[in-house]
Amino acid sequence: MMQKIYDWIDERVDITPLWRDIADHEVPEHVNPAHHFSAFVYCFGGLTFFVTVIQVLSGMFLTMYYVPDIENAWRSVYYLQTEVAHGQIVRGMHHWGASVVIVMLFLHTLRVFFQGAYKKPRELNWMVGVLIFFVMLGLGLTGYLLPWDNKAYFATLVTLEIAEGVPFIGEATKTLLAGDPEIVGAQTLTRFFAIHVFFLPAALFGLMAAHFIMIRKQGISGPL
Amino acid sequence: MSEKRNQVSRRQFLNYTLTGVGGFMAAGMLAPMVRFAIDPVLQPQGKGEFTAVAQVDEITSEPQRVDWTIDQVDAWYESEVTKSAWVYKQEDGSIVALSPVCKHLGCVVAWAGNDDYPDQFFCPCHDGRYYKDGENVPGTPPNAALDRFQQRIEDGTLYLGKAIPREEA
Repeated sequence: MMQKIYDWIDERVDITPLWRDIADHEVPEHVNPAHHFSAFVYCFGGLTFFVTVIQVLSGMFLTMYYVPDIENAWRSVYYLQTEVAHGQIVRGMHHWGASVVIVMLFLHTLRVFFQGAYKKPRELNWMVGVLIFFVMLGLGLTGYLLPWDNKAYFATLVTLEIAEGVPFIGEATKTLLAGDPEIVGAQTLTRFFAIHVFFLPAALFGLMAAHFIMIRKQGISGPL
Repeated sequence: MSEKRNQVSRRQFLNYTLTGVGGFMAAGMLAPMVRFAIDPVLQPQGKGEFTAVAQVDEITSEPQRVDWTIDQVDAWYESEVTKSAWVYKQEDGSIVALSPVCKHLGCVVAWAGNDDYPDQFFCPCHDGRYYKDGENVPGTPPNAALDRFQQRIEDGTLYLGKAIPREEA
């Protein structure tokens, strides 16, 4: 049945080369843990991507209940955690995944760094990777405020203080982030929400695409 | 070993295993999210609560609009919501409580809402009309009679519950 549907589509629009290009490629021996177990260090990039997928999915589902409003944000989170089936699991995935993704990203970075895999011709991909790291940190930072509990609120106060500490543009940056020069409140929450679910993910998808296209184009770095 | 031909090739075996394990992992990941998303459909229906809306001796044979408020719990938001009914007394003394929601597209109907039809319910959206007993006037947009409220009378007070479509009532 599936085969027939596939063949029907393939016959008309020739989709086989599309996924072949993506899925069908040789894994060199030195990155295959079945040959050298120590090659598991090559998994961290893929694991980062895997956790990112979990983050995107669980985040999409969380927005079915979450509202970015100071009156209701905390209550909607409380509601989805206590009243909705599997709410604890879905929010738990997003909460813990946020930390795991940073850990995986860091391990991936360490591997690339200590193997010197960032060297020519892969410098550009390293730069894109660093940008991805910053975007991920931004996602973690903006997501932290969204439950609008005490921890979120006071952590964001600190964040804004740090932003304010930047010479010359600090105050403008803080106002831009908080939405108000003095109040950390309604506008801060909506801004962080917009940044967390629209702006940074869009940037992340673009950067990840560039990252993956480059690694496929240049191939994985050779054995040490 | 060799008396039987291999039914499953190594490639097939690996394909099945990988697809199986991958599918299991994907399902484990997606199942809580899907259950989370479809939760509203699986919530038990709240049983209709009755609210005191009017004194029976104040109800006339002319339909009157009665309003009452209920406490509505909408997930994390609680509020008071106003509900309305058109009530009148029939000749045998029984009370009819009709929902004001038009059966065409959900606008609000009013008794004698149009001067041309002083003894009918009228919907201003598409000129839908209903007779006094709530039956829709043939040839006007609605294709069903107005819903009736579940009712109860205690100590001369009228209590109304949920509006129920005619066929089920």
